[in-house]
Amino acid sequence: MAMMKNITIGQYIPGESIVHQLDPRTKILATFLFIALLFLVETFTGYALGALMLFVIVLLSRIPVKFVLRGIRPLMFIIVLTLCLHFFMTEGRVILQIWFLKLTYEGLIRGLMMVSRLILLIIGSSLLTLTTSPILLTDGIESLLKPFRAVGVPAHELAMMMTIALRFIPTLVEETEKIMKAQMARGADFESGNIFHRAKSLIPILIPLFVSAFRRADELAVAMEARGYRGGEGRTRFRVLKFTRRDAAALILVAGLVILVGFCF
Amino acid sequence: MPIRVENLSYTYNAGQPMEQEALRNVTLTIEDGEFVGLIGHTGSGKSTLVQHFNGLLKPTSGKIYIDGVDIFSKGVSLRSIRQKVGMVFQYPEYQLFGETVFEDVAFGPKNMGVPDAELNDRVDQALALVGLDLSLKERSPFELSGGQKRKVAIAGVLAMQPQTLILDEPTAGLDPKGRDEVLSLVAHLHQREHKTIILVSHSMEDVARLAQRLVVMAHGEIVLEGTPEVVFRQAEYLEAIGLGVPQVTRLLQVLKKQGFAVDPDHYTIEAVEEEIVKLLETM
Repeated sequence: MAMMKNITIGQYIPGESIVHQLDPRTKILATFLFIALLFLVETFTGYALGALMLFVIVLLSRIPVKFVLRGIRPLMFIIVLTLCLHFFMTEGRVILQIWFLKLTYEGLIRGLMMVSRLILLIIGSSLLTLTTSPILLTDGIESLLKPFRAVGVPAHELAMMMTIALRFIPTLVEETEKIMKAQMARGADFESGNIFHRAKSLIPILIPLFVSAFRRADELAVAMEARGYRGGEGRTRFRVLKFTRRDAAALILVAGLVILVGFCF
Repeated sequence: MPIRVENLSYTYNAGQPMEQEALRNVTLTIEDGEFVGLIGHTGSGKSTLVQHFNGLLKPTSGKIYIDGVDIFSKGVSLRSIRQKVGMVFQYPEYQLFGETVFEDVAFGPKNMGVPDAELNDRVDQALALVGLDLSLKERSPFELSGGQKRKVAIAGVLAMQPQTLILDEPTAGLDPKGRDEVLSLVAHLHQREHKTIILVSHSMEDVARLAQRLVVMAHGEIVLEGTPEVVFRQAEYLEAIGLGVPQVTRLLQVLKKQGFAVDPDHYTIEAVEEEIVKLLETM
């Protein structure tokens, strides 16, 4: 469980800031615009401006900068790998040679660009989940996907699946702990032995966990039907999403900045 | 093999915002061959307490001694502690995983290093003890009925041949027949197999019938301790902490309050029946 604490992507930090209060649809669309920007921009000035935009949003959201940056940590390996691949695999002017590895000028530039893009992408998308509760996020996704229902996108079903999955994460974590303890009481050991031994020792946890997950799914389906659930058709909502003037302003601002930065740099 | 816990405290999520104190300064000794009923309301800390007895939880502070040895001192094998102190969790059937009943029951003894040649005997003994037919051995545990599954799970712990057995709400969710079977199994283990039994429950009737000593917990502390007679005399206090006394005991207490000459220190149906018959004869 200790590992889960370090992953900030997908984590939500409750707050009252102006960013928190925006409609989830605004934030989802703004995130998509920002991601588009990252793929339009080809210069360091552009990335710097993108970073500045993010920085301002982080300040507005009142989430500690340190916490936002922590989101990069689990992806450090991918970042370093990207950097190395670009540094040494790009053809061009050689500026440094270590044994058979040739660092080229073009590789240096490309590598740094790709990594800037990657880091901004991670921070930008984790900012969405950090300031939006999972429930609102799925409501927002459902509402945004609605127009695509005509072409067969099951908007409500997708959102319901996400909500249920998120709801059951803590339940399953608790269940796993219980089963682990029960098997440990019978002398099971999950910590020693080689990798095959350890993988095998997971069987007594995984089988009961799957059995109980299926049982829960079954019970949940019956409980939902008993309460008259029949899909999204005609369903009213307790939380009604409201797209306010503030949302419009925020969205126009982000779109304007994206167009400006995206096409000028 | 007495179990002794001294000044035990346990805090969930220590040092985090979600911190919660589950046990506070608990000191308790369980002697060899005793039958202790541990009762308390949901969230009183009883399950947390028993999970310390075989080292599944490590106390935030305090010590646990089994046979006088601190189980968290260096060089103590927790696996051997768990062999000595068997633990049947709540709804133990949810931990079944084996392809066959045999495989599942043999899991514990196998982990304890019992040689393969001996495993068959161990499984047979354990299944016979819980009253399951040996023909079930090759069946999948998932095809059995609820009561049978529970018995297989209990057999899985008994197959390790622990000297002490902790059972956490072993009758929860069973029908009356299954409940009686499990309780008479527990009684048998205590009387015939001379095992030390710790029964965690919130059913006063169950513990009153079986236990020699009751330990009552509330808010992470031991609040009452003694023989059933002594504990059930505190009917009002027990009700205040969300528990009660067996219905038949309550009947005698009410009769006494209304001026009838009865002795309210009885808590099994048979004893109360005798008391009431005596009362009727004098009238």
